[in-house]
Amino acid sequence: MSTTATEAAHAPHGGADEHHDHGDHAPLGFLRKYVFSTDHKVIGIWYAVTGLCFLFFGFCLVMLMRWQLAFPGRALPWIGHLFGEARMPGGSMLPEFYNELGAMHGTIMVFLGVVPLAVGGFGNFVLPLQLGAPDMAFPKINLASYWSYFLGGVTMLASFFVPGGAAQSGWTSYAPLSVLAGSGQTMWLFGMIFLITSSLLGSINFIVTTVQLRAPGLSWFRLPFFCWAQLVTSFLLLLAFPPLEAAGVLQLMDRLAGSSFFMPSGLVVSGQAVAYSGGGNPLLWQHLFWFLAHPEVYVLILPAFGIVAEVIANNTRKPLFGYKIMVYSLWFLGFMSFIVWAHHMFFTGMGTTMAAFFQTTTMIISIPSVALLTSLIISLWGGSIRFNTPMLFALAFLPMFGIGGLTGLPLGLSAADIPLHDTYYVIGHFHYVVAPGTLFALFAGIYYWFPKATGRMMSDRLGKLHFWPSLVFINGIFMPMFIVGLAGVSRRLFDGGASYDFAQPVLHWNRFMSYSAWGLALAQIPFIINFFWSIKHGKKVDDNPWQATTLEWAAPSPPPHGNFTTPPEAHRGPYEYSVPGHPGDYTPQFLAERAS
Amino acid sequence: MEIPYTVAERPDTGLNNGKIGIWLFLASEVMLFGALFATYLMMRTGAAVWPRGDTILNVPLATVNTIVLISSSVTMVMAWASLKRHDFGKFRLFMGITILCGFGFLGIKAFEYAHKFHEGLLPSKNTFLAIYFTLTGLHGLHVIGGMAVNAYLWGPGAKLWKTDPEHFTNRVENSGLFWHFVDLVWIFLFPVLYLL
Amino acid sequence: MGSHADIDRQVRTYIMVFITLMVLTLITVTISRLHLPVPMAVALALVVATIKGGLVASYFMHLISERKFIYWVLGVTVAFFFFVLLIPLWAHFEPIKV
Repeated sequence: MSTTATEAAHAPHGGADEHHDHGDHAPLGFLRKYVFSTDHKVIGIWYAVTGLCFLFFGFCLVMLMRWQLAFPGRALPWIGHLFGEARMPGGSMLPEFYNELGAMHGTIMVFLGVVPLAVGGFGNFVLPLQLGAPDMAFPKINLASYWSYFLGGVTMLASFFVPGGAAQSGWTSYAPLSVLAGSGQTMWLFGMIFLITSSLLGSINFIVTTVQLRAPGLSWFRLPFFCWAQLVTSFLLLLAFPPLEAAGVLQLMDRLAGSSFFMPSGLVVSGQAVAYSGGGNPLLWQHLFWFLAHPEVYVLILPAFGIVAEVIANNTRKPLFGYKIMVYSLWFLGFMSFIVWAHHMFFTGMGTTMAAFFQTTTMIISIPSVALLTSLIISLWGGSIRFNTPMLFALAFLPMFGIGGLTGLPLGLSAADIPLHDTYYVIGHFHYVVAPGTLFALFAGIYYWFPKATGRMMSDRLGKLHFWPSLVFINGIFMPMFIVGLAGVSRRLFDGGASYDFAQPVLHWNRFMSYSAWGLALAQIPFIINFFWSIKHGKKVDDNPWQATTLEWAAPSPPPHGNFTTPPEAHRGPYEYSVPGHPGDYTPQFLAERAS
Repeated sequence: MEIPYTVAERPDTGLNNGKIGIWLFLASEVMLFGALFATYLMMRTGAAVWPRGDTILNVPLATVNTIVLISSSVTMVMAWASLKRHDFGKFRLFMGITILCGFGFLGIKAFEYAHKFHEGLLPSKNTFLAIYFTLTGLHGLHVIGGMAVNAYLWGPGAKLWKTDPEHFTNRVENSGLFWHFVDLVWIFLFPVLYLL
Repeated sequence: MGSHADIDRQVRTYIMVFITLMVLTLITVTISRLHLPVPMAVALALVVATIKGGLVASYFMHLISERKFIYWVLGVTVAFFFFVLLIPLWAHFEPIKV
């Protein structure tokens, strides 16, 4: 039941108009079929694979940093000499290189890794299928969006090779440091413009597709939670990115045209007055940056919630608890995310009214967050839980995100933030949400939808060999950060705090965290082997190997161009599992009404 | 494989895909220019002294430009209305005038910029000039973008009129929406930069 | 938006709006030459610009007869527009008291 006649994919859709797709019937060459395809599934896979490569690369960057943190000043055997005398003389890391690695690790993980995989990859592949649509609303714009991302990625990678190296002012690129930095920063700015363009094109596509291309019978509250999550995420991307794009243009003006948008008057660097007319405001950069970057963190987490919800409903054989509350929470969270950003700026000299405003909105935003997490946890109650690999990752997400979320609370209160701001505590907090949080959810999604994309199952045994060590090591990396941060060690320190007296009692944690990081890398080997091996040798499956209820499981595995052999229709809600009185423990959305 | 609602309107939303797409794009542009106007406010309130627009910039020229752009907005919507009346010839005429007005606008702006550069009035000189060049420069890039799309619809893109007139009319309407937005931004830029 | 009479009526509206926009442009330039005190000049300029912009949006962009979904998207956008416009300014004018 895996492959089907492609000609049936041309079946007319209800309400469709005569829009002729170019090259629909003529056989497509290799380039048009695989490289420049407008098929959302191909584009989704390109996004996912590229995103995974960047995640791996970004991980390598930080593993290098962790050597320096564990053994400050010590030469890195063999590998150290590969980086040349300008970066690692004698194999020993220079502070400038450490900063380069830090800034690019953050940039690459957030903008080139997680979001392209979570939104570009999963969103593109799954969304039209779950909506019962033949493709995205604008397939060519979808293609443009991927290649814009690719260009942005190439620009970011190329920046390592310019004189002075890549950006090294943090992923946050605060002015005036970033304005005065080497040419790598200019490339970072251009790279961001490509990435933001890609994001805007993609978000428009996702919103129009969700609003307009839902299959007959798929009313709003019959949508899988994954679709709601991607929809809200797209609105965040649409409205939050442009101010960063504007800020990027302004910083480029400062760097290339010598303007002073972010350059204050009277700035002196190393005893020399800078050659800028002044009158600018470094805080303006922070406002415009965080206006995007705060909603961005919800862009990082919402698709993860979407994936976890699908995997949990499927593997508890129960409907989601509080589906409607979860949907309303998504919208409330999305809206609130636009008015909390200055909790990243409590230390910029803001007055008490401002601080009170932002800490209040930040506390309020934790409410929908908790509602979402709690609903997912309660969804487990009374379920017949299947502990397969996607479910293990989804289950682990819950407490990991819980830790990440709870540790965010003192950061969001302006007074409690005072000893914690810019320490390792912050790094621990945000990594918990995005690493054992989002990344675990993304792994769950890969194991869950791999059979739909390839027609084959990944090995569950290798999956568990991937999961358990990853869970242990990832906590080994990030839990000590709270300890180190509470001890007062600042982030972005080249030596991990070694030159400070107060840090001496906690320095040994640096080595512990580094060993955990390298252990985590080893734990990914079963995943990499599993992923590639299963494409050709995994157990073959039919359309619906997980006995799931949502529309994507009506399509063949893998789906042909056009997705469905017969146009699907939704007859019921998305999580009709274990409905009393029905035979079997699930009733798919796409099954016609049974005679009662 | 056909994508539904590319031309026909979906019954429950009353909209076709392209219309929603262009409005979403315009929403993102509102945020883009919003951030730049926020920058203007920050620069102005942070400056010790802020020149009144007409002491540095050429108000008569910019007034002409305002008239040119608003006129082009009218001709743009008339181009669309002509298509609704199935008058392809009038469409070509009005769209052509719209594109020419675009050239006129850019020509005047180029003259203004050249004059400023000649006088040494560069973005690096002070924050007034910095935000002036950035705001009008980005606006100008949007004018160029709009003109490019309009030129495509006037020229090679007009083929679609023969095979799917309704689809073509919608494309012209959507391009028009972008063009009106560019006009709208200028309606605020002009007084803020030149008159205040 | 189909019949010829509808389009004719719309075209007449477009011409009226065009004339109004021209008049308002001349008004705003004339006011500026009075060199009023800055707060008043700003307020007047913004009021005129808002009216002009409103006319372009309502009639040229057909917003006056658009669908609810578009109104919702634009409404939320306008709210966020004011956040990004005003909050940095507020923070700037209300620094911490040392």
